[in-house]
Amino acid sequence: MKSAEILVIDDELQIQKLLGITLQTNDFKVNFASTAKEGLSLAKSYVPDLILLDLGLPDESGHAVLKKLREWYTRPIIILSVHSEEENIVKALDNGANDYLIKPFRTGELLARIRSSLRGSLPVGYKPSAFNGLEIDMNLRQVKKNNELLKLTATEFELLALFFKNEGRVLTHQYLLKEIWGPGYLDQTQYLRVFIAQLRKKIETEPNQPEFIITESGVGYRFIGKEH
Amino acid sequence: MLSAFIGYRVVALILMVTVSLIAMLFDVKPVMAAAVLSALVWNFFFIPPKFTLAIKSAEDVLMFLMYFFVALVNAVLTTKIRRMEKEAQKREEKENTLKLYNTLLNSLSHELKTPISTIIGAADNLQTMADKLSEFNKYELVSEISKASLQLDRQVSNLLNMSRLESGFIKPKNDWFEVKELVYDVIKDLKEETQNKPIHVVVKDNLPLFKLDYGLVWQVLHNLLHNAITYIPKYAVITVRAFCKENKLVLVVEDTGHGFPENEINKVFEKFYRLKNSKTGGTGLGLSIVKGFVEAMHGTITLENMSDGGAVFTVEIPSELSYISHNVKP
Repeated sequence: MKSAEILVIDDELQIQKLLGITLQTNDFKVNFASTAKEGLSLAKSYVPDLILLDLGLPDESGHAVLKKLREWYTRPIIILSVHSEEENIVKALDNGANDYLIKPFRTGELLARIRSSLRGSLPVGYKPSAFNGLEIDMNLRQVKKNNELLKLTATEFELLALFFKNEGRVLTHQYLLKEIWGPGYLDQTQYLRVFIAQLRKKIETEPNQPEFIITESGVGYRFIGKEH
Repeated sequence: MLSAFIGYRVVALILMVTVSLIAMLFDVKPVMAAAVLSALVWNFFFIPPKFTLAIKSAEDVLMFLMYFFVALVNAVLTTKIRRMEKEAQKREEKENTLKLYNTLLNSLSHELKTPISTIIGAADNLQTMADKLSEFNKYELVSEISKASLQLDRQVSNLLNMSRLESGFIKPKNDWFEVKELVYDVIKDLKEETQNKPIHVVVKDNLPLFKLDYGLVWQVLHNLLHNAITYIPKYAVITVRAFCKENKLVLVVEDTGHGFPENEINKVFEKFYRLKNSKTGGTGLGLSIVKGFVEAMHGTITLENMSDGGAVFTVEIPSELSYISHNVKP
């Protein structure tokens, strides 16, 4: 398989170096841009498989670059940010970023985000798919844990199916509410809390220390199926 | 007429007192104006011939000029004294800021320099003595670098939070959340600090949802627990309780350590305050951030010693409640 090409748009030379070593060691091809302008033209010139975009660029805000990229670029974009304020992250995700990482981040985390973004949405078809003993069958609308059938309500099933499709990726509160309950429910976050809690009770071995559905504080939830 | 009873020269003294009083209250310009005006008033109404600005006797001319001069000097001197007082106050404020700044510099230079020295030293060892180091020692050095950088990261976050508080930048963004989820989320984040030492959690299952800023409450609990983990003896046990009391979220962090010295209990939330005989590192920022965040959410925090030793931090934050979880039967 051809190794994926990644474009890093970040003005910090230290970060470029670190990302370069990390990504090359893991068989990715890497190119760098230090400004928004350079990044946009490089992206157009060779169309990378994935873009790592820093929000704090010297010539233009990362949000603006993200918007410009999304006018034509359809492959994954992962945001790098030093701002841990959730607002920035939610805004970037709403504007079409696939995922985000807050600096300083762990290398393992970076690679996991890149891999799950490159995998894209899984076409969860009619054959059952399974993660770590948790198995979903879209055809029979059944969920099994360690081969034992779980009793899920319709909403719980929809929620879990959505998580399965987006394994490893962050899903914002707004996105989940829109997909499961509809556009009229965007501010009904308490429904989401309740259903996540109930779903965890059913699928997690230790509901208080969830291993499947991970809370992304202030942003949303992330379903972790595979060992990263 | 006043001069009928006391003589017009005494009137001059009364006017002089008035000018002095004005000098104590107002700035230099109104005082000058009062001095000039009172001199003219005295001349016009009191010095014979009355109701003219003319002065007949040479003695009165001298009196008038002297009055005018003394009133002006009075005004100038008083203003000077007041300016000096203001300067002294400013100097004192400056000294206080400087003292605070020095405390910050001292604790910061220690708290930041220690991890920085570790990183520089360890990296240096790895660079220059790579061939002499055993694999185990290499691993040890790398994990020291990793630990030190996490420590740096935490201190910088503390400083950023402090400056957010100082600038009044904190505006809570409230949304519904489950307390239990938050408590375990914080504990998970402290995994490396707790070193597998359990933190007891007492949170009932039937609590309502609270509508508060998840990030702020998270940081409050995180700092309280981090503080407990850092300062209590190894054998001591930490317990987190969360419950709902009259539309308030109550978070309690208690430990079975030694508690706080009674005479310092009121000071622990002050910025940069460190316990007198504190041996462990720290900037004295953690608990003041807790207090700042709690107050930004209109809540309160108290610290007490338990009768059998150990400390109890109690945080109470008013919140909207939702019992939807009790009604939804999916």
